[in-house]
Amino acid sequence: MSVEQVAILGAGMHPWGKWGRNFVEYGVAAARDALADSGVEWQDVQFVAGADTMRNGYPGYVAGATFAQALGWTGVPVTSAYGACASGAMAIEAARQRILAGLCEVALVVGADTTPKGFLKPNSGDRQDDPDWLRFRLLGATNPTYFALYAQRRMSLYGATQDDFAAVKVKNARHGLNNPYARFRKEVTAADVDASPMVANPLRLLDICATSDGGAAVVLASMDFAKRHLEKTGGSLSNLVRIAAVSTVTPTFPNTVIEMPNFATDSAAGLPVPDRTFKQAIGAAAYEQAGIGPEDVDVAEVYDLSTALELDWYEDLGFCEQGQAESMLRAGDTTLGGRLPVNPSGGLACFGEAVPAQAIAQVCELTWQLRGTAEGRQAEGARVGITANQGLFGHGSAVLLTK
Amino acid sequence: MGKPQVPAVEGWFTLPGDGTAVLTGTRCTGSGTYFFPPERVMSRAPGFPDSELEEVELSTSGTLWSFTDAQYQPPEPYIPVTDPYVPFALAAVLLEKEQLVVMGQVVAGVGVADLQVGMEMTLVADTLYEDDESEDVMWKWQPVAGGTEAQS
Repeated sequence: MSVEQVAILGAGMHPWGKWGRNFVEYGVAAARDALADSGVEWQDVQFVAGADTMRNGYPGYVAGATFAQALGWTGVPVTSAYGACASGAMAIEAARQRILAGLCEVALVVGADTTPKGFLKPNSGDRQDDPDWLRFRLLGATNPTYFALYAQRRMSLYGATQDDFAAVKVKNARHGLNNPYARFRKEVTAADVDASPMVANPLRLLDICATSDGGAAVVLASMDFAKRHLEKTGGSLSNLVRIAAVSTVTPTFPNTVIEMPNFATDSAAGLPVPDRTFKQAIGAAAYEQAGIGPEDVDVAEVYDLSTALELDWYEDLGFCEQGQAESMLRAGDTTLGGRLPVNPSGGLACFGEAVPAQAIAQVCELTWQLRGTAEGRQAEGARVGITANQGLFGHGSAVLLTK
Repeated sequence: MGKPQVPAVEGWFTLPGDGTAVLTGTRCTGSGTYFFPPERVMSRAPGFPDSELEEVELSTSGTLWSFTDAQYQPPEPYIPVTDPYVPFALAAVLLEKEQLVVMGQVVAGVGVADLQVGMEMTLVADTLYEDDESEDVMWKWQPVAGGTEAQS
């Protein structure tokens, strides 16, 4: 199957950092940048989708309305989406659906966050029926605990080494050097990674992404609107980046990989295990929707919550066979200049995670990559790109872009 | 000592009193799938919404699927056991019969250097934290003494 495409008319971001200001400020800055980039006036936006933040009180839960109010009420319909790290993709999907259904022609998607220091932890209170609370109380299992279980598994099954993990960080740090939106912009050596404190064996501090403040936004439009708009503004239709697919799948029972924040996997004793793992299904759904395969992908932005997790994505997105990610990395295939650059933005390694903004930021980066305007970090001649991430509690997220 | 020992979470495991812990699961009689933590409302196996859920004791040992440790003290609501903090290991263990992986802390004194994917692990009961009235106990994983070598 192949679904009708939606145009990305504009992309904008507020630089990532630890600014300590209200998240609304970052979202507004990103939205204004995206609107300016698109040439669409705020008063002409027909739908707003906000990606929620859970750590900034009520305005964070109703992000769509919060941003609409901050930009100046126009009566525009809004929605607010939450899917943990996948929130941004959910908000993009809400806007895309609205456009494809013919209910609007142009929509604004915004996500922004202000994060506390240190480990992400659950909301406070005594919540004995919340697995996210219980895993901290009963197991002391933080997010890096789960990343480390996957990393150790790669080492045991495929012979991955801590040097491989460090090489991912070194690559991404170099990619992000010239990205004006990245928070960490300096070279990192393997020795730096090795000298950083161990957090969750085998992962060290520099293997694990930080948490950041940041904001990202895109302006989406129907292809009809985009064509009319570009005619008016003298823009180039051939360089117009489009969304060919959005995947927001959940796992299929039985899910045999331990997922944050769970205590256990599903049982495979009764029903047959699905052909694809959850992470494999995330990319597969996007490819199927677009009628585009992994062999067509030129550039990717994947969720490197840990260095090792980036390697999992190479395989799960079909860039190589299971167990071959380290070979691909070592060959330089995923470095800028290689066959399929991964995380040309610098990834979470250079950004740190701003949860509701991150999946939108991935789409911003690929928009610039496909336009050929990613200065200092351009994947040459890229025409097809895919983003991927996974939010806890079973949220898949992938966006496939073409031009 | 002398304080009553209570499971740190209700209905997920029992304490036979011999130092071990036994996980309480449920089994969907229609599909044969197991659930841990125990599902009590309805089977999550698609296609078996009305299937009966029977309470079962899960296997008390399995093979190590993966492992890590917590070198930094986890944030609240984790309750620190010692001051200063002492890192602990965590394990994800595959129960053969139930074909499910269960996480747990590894007993004190066993670190990642002692662990290898594929080795046999067994469940014990251990103190999670104490307050004035009781000692809250959790299941923890422990390598089987003289355990089998890794087979992965």
